[in-house]
Amino acid sequence: MSLTNQDVAKVARLARIKMTDDELDSTREKLNNIIGFVEQLSEVDTDNVEPLPSPVDIALPLRKDEITDGNCPEAVLANAPEEMEDFYVVPKVVE
Amino acid sequence: MSDLTNLTIKGALTGLENKEFSSVELTKAHIDSVESQRHLNAFIVETPEIALQQAEASDKKRASGDVGLLEGIPLAIKDLFCTKGVQTTASSHMLEGFIPQYESTVTQKLFDNGAVMLGKTSLDEFAMGSSNTTSYFGNVINPWKRNNGDNADLVPGGSSGGSSSALAARMAMGATGTDTGGSIRQPAAFCGITGIKPTYGRCSRWGIVAFASSLDQAGAFARNVEDCAIMLQAMSGHDPKDSTSANREVPNWSSLYGKDIKGMKIGIPKEYRMDGMPEEIANLWDQGIAWMKEAGAEIVDVSLPHTKYALPTYYIIAPAEASSNLARYDGVRYGLRETGDNLIDTYENTRSKGFGEEVKRRIMIGTYVLSAGYYDAYYIKAQKVRRLILQDFEKAYEKCDALLTPTAPSAAFAIGENEDDPIKMYLNDVFTVPASLAGLPGMSVPAGLSADGLPLGLQILGKAWDEETVFRVAHAVEQAANFTAMPATISRKAA
Repeated sequence: MSLTNQDVAKVARLARIKMTDDELDSTREKLNNIIGFVEQLSEVDTDNVEPLPSPVDIALPLRKDEITDGNCPEAVLANAPEEMEDFYVVPKVVE
Repeated sequence: MSDLTNLTIKGALTGLENKEFSSVELTKAHIDSVESQRHLNAFIVETPEIALQQAEASDKKRASGDVGLLEGIPLAIKDLFCTKGVQTTASSHMLEGFIPQYESTVTQKLFDNGAVMLGKTSLDEFAMGSSNTTSYFGNVINPWKRNNGDNADLVPGGSSGGSSSALAARMAMGATGTDTGGSIRQPAAFCGITGIKPTYGRCSRWGIVAFASSLDQAGAFARNVEDCAIMLQAMSGHDPKDSTSANREVPNWSSLYGKDIKGMKIGIPKEYRMDGMPEEIANLWDQGIAWMKEAGAEIVDVSLPHTKYALPTYYIIAPAEASSNLARYDGVRYGLRETGDNLIDTYENTRSKGFGEEVKRRIMIGTYVLSAGYYDAYYIKAQKVRRLILQDFEKAYEKCDALLTPTAPSAAFAIGENEDDPIKMYLNDVFTVPASLAGLPGMSVPAGLSADGLPLGLQILGKAWDEETVFRVAHAVEQAANFTAMPATISRKAA
């Protein structure tokens, strides 16, 4: 399986990373190397093996559904690139 | 007061207790050391004012009889831990100027135990790397030099390279690190210091900038095993804010220090003796095995048959989790924003400018392996192999109490080496990644010098939640190795 520039452009789009044509070329080459490397896994027989999402067996705890934090708009917005009246400001989305 | 910077944490705690010096004096000596070694570029931000305030408060606290585990001890904090009011960047342009409004659980615990923060240390961008050459704020330099006269600047290892460099250069007495695939153990080996990654879940991940959530784990650097035990004890413990942090009591590791390893079974995994392993690494390992026997341990040959698949597994799972975690950097709520014609354009510009090459590459790999049509073939497949890797360890631990291996396949390399091919760089973590995938505790102890006079480390791996055995075996290695070498700049100053 080898990626084309078109494939790389599609992945870049999904990842929301802008790439020039030159960047697509060099990225394609390095991604193909890495994909080739990880494809070794196809040799491993994994029939009847359950996927392992987390390394240690910790049961995720449940807690009461109650408010434990919040009401701190200043702290939440302290690092906002642009904010106004307790809201984040972004470029226009709806015409 | 330069001799204050050569003390161990344990030694400094005794000195503070006996009023030989104050935390303010100890802290000032370290601030001087930080300021005189800026050429190593270990810190992104120095916080001398905070350090002196904390040291003064600690001296008062101590006088009132309230003494924490690290009371008055100056530390370096990896710039992946959010520190309230102090810039936290993960070494990325994306987070330049980001000022957290909260404190990470681990740093809060350290401060509650009396620790003093000297500053925030550099790392590979978002902890992705093994050389500390992907930081937006420049390369970190290892204080060690080869003794063959070539004078090349060497990497400190990575990702926690600023922390390991600062420790080796006597700028701090201890440091925090995080380890996703080897980011504590490999830089510890490259810089001739000691570092432990505990069992996954031992330390809270709350407030640590996320890379790969099922692998990331905080840990400690120090200049000996006992100091690491003190550090880790202060950092560990259950945190309701991290659902994967374990609700287990933290053992009193520092008091267990010094127990011998007579009768213990030490496993030697045959698959780690790889083709092309440099002779000096193989020799060091053999030496370590001999030390274990002399200390009364029994050596057991074990097999971890899926070792060769650990790196490919890691380079699916870690980028997949990273691509998901790093989706939050969209230029809307915090961090860099590069405005475009519309919202999507703003996202794409922001992420294109904000992330460096290696981070983009890993996001792309992660996005690809999670994308429709490839998810089962890559991501689920890797999770299945991950289980086989864990089962390898479980089987091995039926026959032994701990494993002994080299930490890294080489000594520190020069800045710029291994840069041409990402996979060459990834191979640095060949001995550390399997235990990360299995969530097991691992520690690197300096054990000898390479032919070029550079430090080499041995790695001790333990069973889940059995850091105690790791510390015991590490201590035995430490005693036998009697590693006293220092970077030339430091030994000259001490002389």
